[in-house]
Amino acid sequence: MSVQEGTAHRPWVDKVLTVNGWLIFAFLYLPILILVIYSFSDSKVVGIWGGFTWKWYNRMIHNPEMMGALWNSAKVAFISTIISTVLGTLAALALDRYRRWLGKGAFDVIMYLPVIIPEVTMGAMLLIWFTQILPVNLSLTTIILGHIAFSASFVTIVVRARLANLDDSLEEAAADLYANRWTTFRRITLPLIMPGVMGGALLALTLSLDDVVITEFVQGPGASLLPVYVFGLIRRQVTPEINAVSTLMLALSMMLVFISLAFQARSISKSKNKEA
Amino acid sequence: MTAAVSIRGVTKRFGTDVTAVDNVTLDIVDGEFFSLLGPSGCGKTTMLRMIAGLEFPTEGSIQIFGEELALRPPNKRPVNTVFQSYALFPHMNVEKNVAFGLEMRKVDKAVIKEQVADAIEAVHLKGMEKRKPSQLSGGQQQRVALARALVNRPKVLLLDEPLGALDLKLRQAMQIELKDIQSEVGITFIYVTHDQEEALTMSNRIGVMNFGNLLQVGTPEEIYERPVNRFVADFIGETNFIDGTVADDGRIRIAGGALVYARGDAPAGADVTLTLRPEKIWIHSRGAADLDPERNQLPGKITRRLYYGESIYYEIELEDGTLVDARHENIPSLQRRDVGDEVTITFHRQAAEALVS
Amino acid sequence: MTMLDERPSEEANPELERKAERAESWRGFFTALPTYLYLVVFFVLPLIIITVISFAERSRTGKPVLGEWTLDWWIKLGDPLVRSVVFRSVWLAFLNTLLSLLLGYPFAYWIATRKSALMRNFLLVLVLIPFWSNFLVRTYAWRTLLDSNGLVTKVGEMTGLWGKMLFTEPAVFLGLLYGYLPFMVLPLYAAIEHLDWNLVEAARDLYADARKAFIKVTLPLSKPGIIAGSILVFIPSLGAYVTPDLLGGSKTTLLGNYIVTQFKSGRNWPFGAALSVTILAIMMVATIIYFRKGGKTL
Repeated sequence: MSVQEGTAHRPWVDKVLTVNGWLIFAFLYLPILILVIYSFSDSKVVGIWGGFTWKWYNRMIHNPEMMGALWNSAKVAFISTIISTVLGTLAALALDRYRRWLGKGAFDVIMYLPVIIPEVTMGAMLLIWFTQILPVNLSLTTIILGHIAFSASFVTIVVRARLANLDDSLEEAAADLYANRWTTFRRITLPLIMPGVMGGALLALTLSLDDVVITEFVQGPGASLLPVYVFGLIRRQVTPEINAVSTLMLALSMMLVFISLAFQARSISKSKNKEA
Repeated sequence: MTAAVSIRGVTKRFGTDVTAVDNVTLDIVDGEFFSLLGPSGCGKTTMLRMIAGLEFPTEGSIQIFGEELALRPPNKRPVNTVFQSYALFPHMNVEKNVAFGLEMRKVDKAVIKEQVADAIEAVHLKGMEKRKPSQLSGGQQQRVALARALVNRPKVLLLDEPLGALDLKLRQAMQIELKDIQSEVGITFIYVTHDQEEALTMSNRIGVMNFGNLLQVGTPEEIYERPVNRFVADFIGETNFIDGTVADDGRIRIAGGALVYARGDAPAGADVTLTLRPEKIWIHSRGAADLDPERNQLPGKITRRLYYGESIYYEIELEDGTLVDARHENIPSLQRRDVGDEVTITFHRQAAEALVS
Repeated sequence: MTMLDERPSEEANPELERKAERAESWRGFFTALPTYLYLVVFFVLPLIIITVISFAERSRTGKPVLGEWTLDWWIKLGDPLVRSVVFRSVWLAFLNTLLSLLLGYPFAYWIATRKSALMRNFLLVLVLIPFWSNFLVRTYAWRTLLDSNGLVTKVGEMTGLWGKMLFTEPAVFLGLLYGYLPFMVLPLYAAIEHLDWNLVEAARDLYADARKAFIKVTLPLSKPGIIAGSILVFIPSLGAYVTPDLLGGSKTTLLGNYIVTQFKSGRNWPFGAALSVTILAIMMVATIIYFRKGGKTL
């Protein structure tokens, strides 16, 4: 399947496109690269190179507030990812596998709203809900509840796409071969949508680890997450220590990209085998 | 003759306005190869799915060896299905796929192992046990699907266009193999297809469906030679339709005034349509002396000739303008005709079937 | 519901068929129920409440007073200061969407038309990395670049073309473009990659020159990607908070910061609620217009 054959351009068009392409990549990568470089600079001022040093990383590790925020982030991301993956997968199953049920039309709309609603609106409404209506104190729990409220929908989108590509007759075949509903789900449906579920989970994890806006609205006193804590630091003063923690966060993001790519590559190579 | 499957007054409606299967009554005999034949959307697959339990009928009774199970879920029925897309579990290898049904029925592990090995050998896939479905060819996947269903010793095997995805040569080979397997295991096969040739060559009996109705049930010969209506005649094989009226002496008066003999029991005065297969028409030169008086004779003119290799098609215009196709085998003893030749066509008195229009 | 788990031996009739269908339908309902309840409690009800709160009086601490109602906060949206914030936000979001599209389209086109699959995938990964990378960190990178000691500032000073851009509107715009460009590129890439190039060849065969073929065939066929990308860029740009806060400072307040301010230091929650509902409404209207227009013009 060669798709690219109809694209014979005149050479100059291709040249312009190529130059433009690499310039945009430079635009996307140079700022990050410079940020990483200055995290190793032995100078208090970011932007002035003062020789190589690990000291900012060292300082970061020995900053109890930062490490506390990191630990909080890990807890929130872990719990909200698990819950939103379960909720999102259930919703995807209900939407894709059941033709009609009470309130399905409304649910189909509600499910997608958290994806398109601006984060500030989401944060503001959760803040009002938690503090003015529900009798709860803002804490890590309210952050987790907020994160689930938006990331479950992303999981649903990813899993639903996977389900839509899954041949219905596989589940019918299992039923025909004496499997009951639960066994069919456990032995057939779940293993086959697993790449989608994992993709959704990674997305939920990334969203939770990246979130600043909603967390800032619904966090309790003294229990911040890493991005919000770093955000606060940047507002006060830019230091190379922020570059160090930024580099750490970038490394984490990058790791998640590669994990998700590995998942995709596996499911793609499987579907390629099928075509052959 | 015991009925393996007994279907009584089965109707399936989807929503309020789609009737996929309309009041079908049908008995399928134990051990027979029965085909449900019809164009796509005729309700044959829905009928099969209701026997499998993948759909529940709106109304009616489905019994398998006397047991009513119209509303029983698929996993509690003594039937198995070979799906159109094969529906092999992509994450399991051949062995696991074939063992699935037995495992679900909690058959003893050692027995499973033995029976799975036998089933895989029976479909000539020995040595492929550890392969994933994606590593098999279409024909091999088809065999796995067959083994996976047959290993459960179902009382009835349901096949939903199982050969549709295979190329012509492989399809023909698989037709023979399926037929052999069926006579070997002696299980009733219910086979859904839209390919009339496949149905004719493989089946003991055929049920022709259209628009949710079961139009005719019979042996391949009955269906081909004595179609009950215009749809069946048209759908199975090729045919000519000639409109006419039954005259007082029982012959049929066709447009142009000629009188011909045909089979059928339509009363005098009734409007009928004659169905006449192209291969039953002989072509003679006009005025030939040796014409059999026992055959119907009609004058005409060759207007088109199509060369098919093993046969030649002639289009003949009768005197009233009706066009008829005739097929001649391509053998040296039959005289070649050219466009424009004045000819007389003849056909046996039993060759044409008069259908009440 | 239990009917199917037994071994029924009845004939079918419409009543039993309906019963089976109902059982199936309830199964779907109960599968969705946990998520349904969650979204009602933590999304739908909060959304209704924030709308209600926007009509509430404000207490001395800035919190809403339920039971005392006013239209003040909605009237306040007409204040010149507020209006300028709303217009600036919509304008910047629009401009950012447009520029992202202009930059992103040739970029995505270039990636999608590389001959070797290996090269395409490699370039795609290069786009995915910034897409998934922490947004705050990426914005912070620009803060250091645009500051007095930053590389961009130094280059500007050397060439005499620009000075220190940090805390200006161009800085915010640059940050938004940088932040959301990958959101434009990915859906565009997907749309262009899925294009049936035979259609382009057919157009060329039917006497279209390269430019005509692009305008008449390639561009309209990549419309789904253009729409998806534009929405993905417009929505977060409109509600941007981190970018204007870090790069714009106090002079270029956008709706996002303005809302946060109402809840934090501004101490006017009901007004913040009204602004939050407004931003949601603008986003909805823009999305609908975009879908409609897109359907007609492209």
